[in-house]
This record gives sequence, structure tokens and C-alpha cells, in this order.
Amino acid sequence: MHDSHDIILKEVAPAEVGEVDLYQRRERIYTRKIEGFFQKIRLYTGWPLLVTYFGLPWLIWDSRQTILFDLPARKFHIFGLTFWPQDFFLLALVLIIAAYGLFMVTAIVGRVWCGYTCPQTVWTAIYMYLEQLFEGSRNQRIKRDKAPWSIEKFYRKILKHGSWLFVGFLTAFTFIGYFYPIRELSVDLCYIRVSAWPASWILFFTLATYINAGWMREQVCQYMCPYARFQSVMFDHHTLIVSYDSLRGETRGARKRTSKRIHSSLGDCIDCQLCVQVCPTGIDIRDGLQYQCIGCALCIDACDSVMNKMGYPPNLISYTSESTLAGGVMHWFRPRIVGYLSVFILMVTLFAYTLVNRTPLEMTVTRDRGELFVKNTNGYIENIYTLHIINMTNATYRYNLSVENLANAQLIGNREPEVRAGEDLHFSIRLKVPPDTAAPLNQVIFFNLEAQTNMELKTKVESRFIRPEL
Amino acid sequence: MSNFWSNWIIVLTMITLVAITWILLANQKRDDNSAETTGHIYDGIEEYDNPLPAWWFWMFVITIVWGVGYLIFYPGMGNYQGVLGWSQHSEHDQAVATAELKYQEIRESYLSRSVGEIAADPAVHRMGQRLFGNHCAQCHGSDGRGSYGFPDLTDSDWIWGGDVKDIKNTLINGRQAVMPAWQGVLGDQGLEEMTEYILSLNKQAQTTPSLISRSENFVMYCGGCHQPDGTGNQMIGAPNLTDDVWLYGGSKSEIAQTLRYGRTGMMPAQNTILSEAKLHILTAYVTSLRFEDKN
Repeated sequence: MHDSHDIILKEVAPAEVGEVDLYQRRERIYTRKIEGFFQKIRLYTGWPLLVTYFGLPWLIWDSRQTILFDLPARKFHIFGLTFWPQDFFLLALVLIIAAYGLFMVTAIVGRVWCGYTCPQTVWTAIYMYLEQLFEGSRNQRIKRDKAPWSIEKFYRKILKHGSWLFVGFLTAFTFIGYFYPIRELSVDLCYIRVSAWPASWILFFTLATYINAGWMREQVCQYMCPYARFQSVMFDHHTLIVSYDSLRGETRGARKRTSKRIHSSLGDCIDCQLCVQVCPTGIDIRDGLQYQCIGCALCIDACDSVMNKMGYPPNLISYTSESTLAGGVMHWFRPRIVGYLSVFILMVTLFAYTLVNRTPLEMTVTRDRGELFVKNTNGYIENIYTLHIINMTNATYRYNLSVENLANAQLIGNREPEVRAGEDLHFSIRLKVPPDTAAPLNQVIFFNLEAQTNMELKTKVESRFIRPEL
Repeated sequence: MSNFWSNWIIVLTMITLVAITWILLANQKRDDNSAETTGHIYDGIEEYDNPLPAWWFWMFVITIVWGVGYLIFYPGMGNYQGVLGWSQHSEHDQAVATAELKYQEIRESYLSRSVGEIAADPAVHRMGQRLFGNHCAQCHGSDGRGSYGFPDLTDSDWIWGGDVKDIKNTLINGRQAVMPAWQGVLGDQGLEEMTEYILSLNKQAQTTPSLISRSENFVMYCGGCHQPDGTGNQMIGAPNLTDDVWLYGGSKSEIAQTLRYGRTGMMPAQNTILSEAKLHILTAYVTSLRFEDKN
């Protein structure tokens, strides 16, 4: 039935099935700058770490660099200690403890590593600061990027990328300074005579820093870093997370400034989108817990500032836990945490004990295999051994060498070897025994090495003595 | 040799490369209509089919291109050597040649000085120790004190002469020692008497060297090489029979065995194995052994 006022409906077929490109260009994120309580905390944690990173290689300890990972010489110097490849077990233990500590901390307070201390976050924050410095605030940057090229735009970009490359260079230079004496390196740099390997590594890390912090940014967190992906394994209902209180916030919506909170049918969220604009990974925290959230608390500071302006109580977005959000209580100490903590304490104790008790002395004994035994002209039996004595301390020592478990043995050779600091001394000795038909043909013996001036510095190595059948 | 396995590898590699490229490109588009998830459900958990970043796609493309390039320049496609002709053998040979150049320069710096001069140099001692360990220790022992049939280089008893030139000659040209077998000539009785006589030479040498009695047989048969008084001849490598140093054992049965069956001793010539500089350093090392602390 047609009415002249009716609007004729025309069925329009849906457009040609559009195709979704499965390899999508990433949308650039323009972050808005915000200040607040948690950003202050970030400054207090970030700056000491940066100062430590950049400053540590310049310190001197006993006429060498305090921290130096001397790869060609295969020695790691850390303060007063020098680690040799034989100490690799300690390094493995340190890495295990560090990983375990990370898991433990994550289970308790969530991704604080990501949000405050991860180098990717810290350097991205530095680069974002430089970007804001040269290209302006969020809105200014969006406008400028849309605008056509001009001299001003060109200069701003040059300054930004130049400053990024410079920071990248300083970072790379410092990083190489942990492996190659940094004072020498800086002198070489001034005279432009850096050798090929350090130069290429500095170039590599400069570019890597520039690309990671300037261009990749959140792509590292979203696609490359495994930590984000296994957070769901480490979190539980009592883990501290950044979360939006949807019970309080919904239904979200704009309202008149003057409307009273109690009377409003709307939730506390005014949908100002500030939390989305400040987010460095480009998510909306109101969607719930997501793997992309690095726990940087920028959205918390943003929302709190708005709540403050609205006269509402803060913590609409806050550090909370799922159990708290559900109305329950958050437990700090739960069986899982107790378990983590006890294993962690055990490992740290084991590490400290191993570190304190390690003997910086090693001896290897290689029996001559050209001849199983030697029968000399008097009928005595001799075995020849090549010894390597490695003095891993920082001082020269003279040692006493002796044999155990071989009756009537004579040691022919250097019985009091002197080994310099860091030296690997190798020499041969011979053991001689009178013929003994009762002794076993293949006998277990021990070589004892003890420093003359320090009885604690000793080692014992097992070997064999072989006789002929008489 | 058939080329089957080479061709097998080539075919597999090519198929894989093509397949990877196809998988990468075939997944570029997805119908808008199709579900957002991949369709698999594991214990109620589903998986989104989200777009991958374009930079990831381009890095994948770069690795495929790089892979193809690599297979052109380096070996990988079966037996094909690659445009650059690289091989592990040639890399090793090159490394050895480079090292040789570097270290030979160091070694040759010692050639201009005499053995006596350089013997006390700790660097020469260390180099000599390593050369000795590589080339001499298998027979003479890693401490150089020898064993059955291989002389002790640390004592003062030298079969072929202990002067620097003699030692160098031994190293360069080697030595061949021959002790004939006397069983046929002497007979059992003669062998018994000769053994006793040689043993007595030693005892007498220790007590009254001037009263060494001579055996007619000894002078006739042995004196030609070992000298009538048995003190030996370093020109022909005949050992001194009056000292208590025995290369093949000094017990009665061992001396008897030497007489009965003879001995041949061989020191291999090192001039084909070691360079002049290495031999110079080794000579210095060997001469220094006799001064080492005997304890």
C-alpha cells in the first residue's frame, strides 16, 4: 500500500566482497604526553638505571675497567672478581636466577618489568620525548604528518632523526664499552682510528637502537617479545594488573559538567578517550586485560587527572587484581608465591655459596699415551704426565706438587711450580716406582697441588699409574 | 659415482623454497565474509586470524631472496660448489697459510742468532716446548727423558754427539743405528762370556778405569765400532759400553738379547717435516734440556 509520504526502499546488494589484507601496514600510534604519580615513579626508577648503564664502564678498579667482558681473552671482570670459562656454571646460574626472579615478580606485581625497566620501554620513552621536543604535541604531530612537505617539516624531521641517531650512537658506544675498554675506544673515536670490529658493532647497535626505539616501538612488544605471550601463564586472580573498573565506569558517556554524579544514570567513565590516546601500545584498556598492555600506567595517570577535574574519586583505572574487581580480596601470599619465593631463596643461597667457595686454581693431568709405561735400566717403572696449572687469581703463587696413593713414588721434575696471575703453565713430570709384583697394573693415583703461602688454595686431580706385567 | 643424492637435495630444496613462497603469498588475502577465527577449537579455546604486520611479511621475503642468493654463491644445492667456490678445506688451508706467514716471521727472527744465544730465551723455550710436544714427545716422552729404545735427551750421554752441531745434524738428517746380531758368530758360550765381559766393563769403569782388562774377542768383534776400550764412537753411533746408560736395558738378559739378535735404531730425519727456523728453535730447546732441574 503506497503512501506518498512513504520512502521507497531500494534493496542495494552488498558491495563486492572486500578482501582483507592479512599483512597489514601498521597504523602509527601518536601518544599523548601525560604527567602523574606513576610517571614520577618511572623517572625515579629510570634515571638511576640509565646513569648506571652509561656510567659503569668508565669506572676503574685496580688499574683495569671495573666491568669488562673481555671476550678475546675469555675473561669476565666484574669488580674485584675475574671469571674464567671454567666458571661458566656460575653464569648459567645467574641467568636462571634472573629468569626465575622475573617469573616470581610477574606473578606478584604483574608486568612491572615491561612498564618501568625494560630497555625497549625506557629507550622508546627517550625517543618519544625527543619526538615531542622537535615535532610538538600529539595533535600537532598528527597535523604536521598530514601536511605537505615544507622546509619546516623537513628540518623538524632532520632534527628528530638526528637526535635519535645520536642517542642510538651513545647507547651503542657504551654497549661496546662493556666488551672493549671504553676509555681507549673514546680516544680512538676522537682520532677516528677505531678498528674494524668495534666500528662495525657500534654501527650495528646504533642502527638497531634507532630502528627498535624509533620505528618498531610497540611492534617489539606485540610480536617479538615472548614475555607478553606467556604472561597468561604467570598471572592469576591475585596478580596486580592495570585494569578498568567496568562496574563503576559503565555505562560510559559524555555528560554535562554540572550534572551530579549521584543522580547520573551513567557510569564514571566520560569516554574522553584519554586512556586510549596516551597508550604506547595503542590499545583500549577498557576492553579488559590484553597481552599488549605493558603495565606502564600512563592510562591510570591520564584517567586520574580527568577524574580529578570532574571531582570524581580516582582509580577508575588502577593497579588492581581480578579478585578485587570481582569483589573479593587480593592475597599477596598464596601457595604459588610461597613456592616461588622459597625456590628463589634456595637458588640465591646456592649461588652465593658457590661464588664464595670457588677455588681459583685448576690443574689438569694428561698421561703420556705414546708409551703406557717405561721400564728404565734399573728395572724401575716410570709413567710420564703433562700438567696444566691455571692460576685464576690476580697474584703469583708458588705451589707444592705431590702424589698420593702411590707407594715409594719419586717425582722427577718440577715439584715447586710457580705460576703467574692468569697464567696457564704446562710442563711434564715423571713418576718412578720400584718394581712391585703385588701392585695393581692400572692404579688410581692423585696429584695434590697446594699453594705454599695459602693452604686454602689447593686442588686434587685423579690420574692413573700403569705397570707392565712382571 | 651417481648423482642421485645430489639431485635429490636440489629437488627437495627447490620444492621447499617454492612452497614457502607460495604459502606466504597465498595467505595474503582473506575474504571479508569468512570468520574472524581460524576455525580450530582446542578445549573451547579458539584462535583469532589477525593480520600479521607488513614488516614481518617483507622480512620473510628478504630471507627468501637471501636464501636463493646464498645457494647461488655458496654450496648447498647438492654437489654444486657455488659461484665463490668456497669449501671448508680451502678455508682451513687459507687459515693455516695465514698463520704460517705470521708465525714463521717470528721464528725466523731467531735464525740470525746462534743456538747458544737463544737457548735461554723464555719465548724460545716455550716455542721449543710446543714443537717438542708435537713432533718428538711421542717417542722421547713429553719430558724428553726417553724410554726403551728412545734416548734420554736430558742426560749428558749422547750416542751421536751432544754438541750443538751434532744435535742439529741429528734433527735435520736423522740417524740410523745398526748393531749386528752376533749369535751366529759367537755361539751360546761366546755370547755368555761376552755378556759377562760387558757387565764387567761397567763395574770396572766405576772402580778402576785404568785396569780395564781386554777380551781378545771383544777387541776383534766389537772394538771396530765400540773402540777397543769400549768407550764408544760418536761418529758412527756406537754407544759407550762403560757407562751405566743403556738404551735397550742394562740387565743381563737384555744385554744378551742385544748381542744375540742385534738392534736397529732410527731417528727420522726432520728436514722434510720442519722448517729451518723450527729446527733451529728445537735444537736450542733440546740443548737446554740437560740443564733442567732434575730434582
